[in-house]
Formats: sequence, structure tokens, C-alpha cells
Amino acid sequence: MCTYRTEVLKVKASAKAPEGWQSMTDASVYVDHPVHFPAGHALMIDFLNPTLGASARVGLEMNQATARKLAHSILKALDEAPMGILED
Amino acid sequence: MTHNITAETIVFNGNDGSAIEGYLALPTDVERHGSVVVIHHLPGYDEATKEITRRFATYGYAALMPNLYFRLAPEASADDAAAIARNAGGVSDEQLVGDVQGAMRLLQALPTSNGKVGSIGFCSGGRQSFLAGCRLPLDAVIDCYGAFVTEDATPDFPLAVKGLLDEIPALRGEVLGLFGAEDMYPSPEQTNTLSVALSAAHKRHEFHTFEDAGHAFFNVDRPSYRPEVAVEGWKLVVKFLARTIGEHHVHLSH
Repeated sequence: MCTYRTEVLKVKASAKAPEGWQSMTDASVYVDHPVHFPAGHALMIDFLNPTLGASARVGLEMNQATARKLAHSILKALDEAPMGILED
Repeated sequence: MTHNITAETIVFNGNDGSAIEGYLALPTDVERHGSVVVIHHLPGYDEATKEITRRFATYGYAALMPNLYFRLAPEASADDAAAIARNAGGVSDEQLVGDVQGAMRLLQALPTSNGKVGSIGFCSGGRQSFLAGCRLPLDAVIDCYGAFVTEDATPDFPLAVKGLLDEIPALRGEVLGLFGAEDMYPSPEQTNTLSVALSAAHKRHEFHTFEDAGHAFFNVDRPSYRPEVAVEGWKLVVKFLARTIGEHHVHLSH
């Protein structure tokens, strides 16, 4: 199905896109038909910088278990990082 | 029979007269033909939908697929453009109708056109095909598993998508609906609601809900593909188009 449901957020990030490392300003998180991942639906994450053009993008497609492990690992890494070393 | 075709990327006037890209496939061995506007799915103006566009030409129809994401991401690959479009909130109903109208005008202006135009859309394009049929003088409307035709998207959806039941009185062309029994968007209950609403408004329609199929059963490059259902679905599409926008039986003599 086309879920239409998309979480859209403004981000401060860098990503290695087809033209090399670029600043990313936007992200989309959604469940939909993947382009490449071999499943009917997947959890998709796009990091984008629309001002640099459509190819300034890094896309990820993954199954549910991977997405949940990833989310858990991100939070764990943040929680375990020494206080004060990360900017907000 | 399978017709000879040509297919190419063109630029034409879409919504508000602005130039957009489209993929045009034409049968080259018929004198007169109906035409089809192909509306791509949310993942965009991709190879699979271009193949579908060419397929209509092999059936003897002119077919044009507007690139609905062209304004947001010209020259981009289909997946990058779809990501940009999704992040930007999708395509408005107004833009969609304008782009389909522009495609209709181009197709009707072809010297070989019989003047009749239908639309077909897949997934989000299924709803958009129905929407176009409510707002434009299309002779035939094909809705392949379009969600949010009978109900609004919930307010927390970033993409504003509203139901179309209140637009049914303006619908002119006959409707073919192809759905999967295992689909949730649209669910069989929702497509039944649509069928009842069309009947109540005395609108001609033909709905098929296939067992053992969910969403996107026509997508040959996705695991949702259901070959047997897709084969049957294409037969129904061919019969429906022959009835509604036909005349492609007039062949050029050599």
C-alpha cells in the first residue's frame, strides 16, 4: 500500500551522497514500497538537502527488526556517551 | 494483436500551463485510436510505469504519463524525485488535475486521436485517476487499488488527502476498479462503500476484487506482484478500454 504516512523532520547532519559528503537539512521516515530492498514494504529513511538538488540524498530501506535495532542502538549510544561531548 | 510503437520523453504543458516532462507511447500502425493518461504511483515516474505506458501503445492506444514530480526535481532519478516529493508533502489535487488535463489536451490533439481519453492510476495514482474522472471529461477511469477515495486521511497525515465521495455526481466516464482482497488501503470494505456510492449515483462501474492479492499486484518489480491476478487484470483493462475509448481496430494498410 501507499501509506502516505511520512514523518518529516528538519535535521542537522552530514551524509555521503553520490557527489560526496554534503550537509543534510531534511529527513523523511516512512513505511512504503522499497525501491531495492526485497520486501513488499519496508521502513525507509531519507536524508535530503532539497536546496542542493534531488541527488543530494541518502536513502535507507530496511525491515522492521533492523529499524527497531537501529533505533534502539542510536538511543543506547546517545545515553552512554559521556555527558557534554555531544552538541544538541 | 500487438501493435508497433514508438516511445519517447517529451515536454508538454501541465497544470497552469507550466512545462513538465512526460513519457509518450504511440502505436504506429493504427489510423485512429483512443488515448490513456497513465498516473504513476507514489514511488514516482519509474521504469515499471514507463513499461506500462508502452504496453498501452502495444494495445493500440496512445498513452502519456506525466511526471508529477518534475517541478520538484527535474532531471532527477525516479527514486530521488519521489523522496523529494514525499518530503515536500506530495502533489496537490489541483496540480494533479491540471497535469492530467494538459496530458488530455495533448492526446486529443494528436491527428490520429478519436477524441476519447481514459485515465489509469496505480496506488496513490488510483485515487488520482478517480479524482481526474470527477473533475475532467474523461471517457473512462481506471482505479488500481487507490486508497482514500471513500474517506479522508487522518489529520495527522503530512500529505493532505481527502475522500472523493462528494465529487461522484460530477463523474462522467465509466469506472473500472481493480483491487486486492488482502489490501488494507483500500480495504474491501472501502471499495464496497465506493461501489455502493457509485450505484446510488447511477454511475456505470465495474469492480473486481481479487483473492490471493494485496496491494500493488501489477508491480512486476516488487514482491507484491501476483502474476495470475495481473494477467487477469490486464485482460479486464483491455476489454474495458475497447468498450469505452475503443476504435483502435482501424489499422493502417500496407
